[in-house]
Amino acid sequence: MEDILTTPISQTALAHFEARLQNDEKIEPKDWMPEAYRKTVLRQMMQHAHSEVIGMQPEGNWVLRAPSLRAKKILLAKIQDEGGHGLYLYSAAETLGMDRTEMIQLLHEQKAKYSSIFNYPALTWADIGAIGWLVDGAAIVNQVSLQRTSYGPYARAMVRICKEESFHQRQGYEIMATMMKGTPEQQAMAQDAMNRWWWPSLMMFGPHDADSPHTEQSMEWKIKRESNDRLRQKFIDKTIDQAYVIGLTIPDKDLKFNEETKSYSIGPINWDEFWSVVKGNGPCNKQRMTHHIKYHEEGRWVREALEAFAKKQIEMN
Amino acid sequence: MNVDTQLELWEVFIQKNNGLPFKHEGSVHASDKETALQHARDIYTRRGEGRTIWVVPAKYIASTTADDEAMFFDTTDDKAYRHPTFYVMPEGAKQI
Ligand SMILES: [Fe+2]
Ligand SMILES: [Fe+2]
Repeated sequence: MEDILTTPISQTALAHFEARLQNDEKIEPKDWMPEAYRKTVLRQMMQHAHSEVIGMQPEGNWVLRAPSLRAKKILLAKIQDEGGHGLYLYSAAETLGMDRTEMIQLLHEQKAKYSSIFNYPALTWADIGAIGWLVDGAAIVNQVSLQRTSYGPYARAMVRICKEESFHQRQGYEIMATMMKGTPEQQAMAQDAMNRWWWPSLMMFGPHDADSPHTEQSMEWKIKRESNDRLRQKFIDKTIDQAYVIGLTIPDKDLKFNEETKSYSIGPINWDEFWSVVKGNGPCNKQRMTHHIKYHEEGRWVREALEAFAKKQIEMN
Repeated sequence: MNVDTQLELWEVFIQKNNGLPFKHEGSVHASDKETALQHARDIYTRRGEGRTIWVVPAKYIASTTADDEAMFFDTTDDKAYRHPTFYVMPEGAKQI
């Protein structure tokens, strides 16, 4: 009791916070946390939420051109899930005290990021396969790891999201497998999508550990549970065999299998391309943002009408 | 009206099956309870995860925090007599 009375509150609170992390306890919205922890988790969740929502665009491009009613229904359900993921994450992020309006504003002002992968276009139907299989596949590896993140609402959102993601990856892989059993043109189309999406998918895990200055603190706070390179390697080892099963080639001439570690080593990643897309020079950066701003503005009257309706109901009661 | 609105915040509780307790699942933004229920259904029950939903305006929820834990709950720590294992039963007594 004595030291609670004599030490400054923040000291005790900090020790308490660190002890809870040590015991693998979750931090909840109203618990005391260091300001830098709050900011880091908030930034990461906001970025994650924006990624889910912006990620609907490349796929939305194919809803009206899906090759069958079955394919169309599946794609619609998948895209609707992504919208849902965005909303789970926005609501989890809001528990840290930032309003959703502000998050969207930050996105529009390009002060908040989203995953760079969505700045690549979905050119053919095979791209829908490659996105589900590779992009969702990479996201799953990351999200499975984040189920153990230290911030409670984030961890819970990840559990829910992971349950839904496995269908996303399977539907994508099914598209690729179907095309690889098709005509030579369809096979070539699948391989072309593979060639364009493979490297950007690997970049989704972020820079190498040595070039990722914030990783250490994030791991200490258990926001991040595994490093970029470790997660990337997990994805590589899982996915390459899946590619071989359906007859796809990996577009990497330096690819080697290490018998001892039972693990693949890849050629160098083109980080210049990565940073250039992050900085806004990807094929679709402008288009993605213009589209989001346009529909956000066009939906404003709906939000205003709902609010007016709610006010009127209060007045009437 | 210049300030954009995201409407009121509602916390969502879902009962998975008849007879089970309601569990907190997340939150939605909505202007009124009907739309809050519809949004909660669309966002949290796309795969039959529930059969009943509660929505509650977040502003009406009061909560304790981890920092209150000791002050709030410690008083029950020394009341072992509230548990059945506290009592010594005579040898041979059955079904008690
Ligand atoms: Fe998602
Ligand atoms: Fe997904």
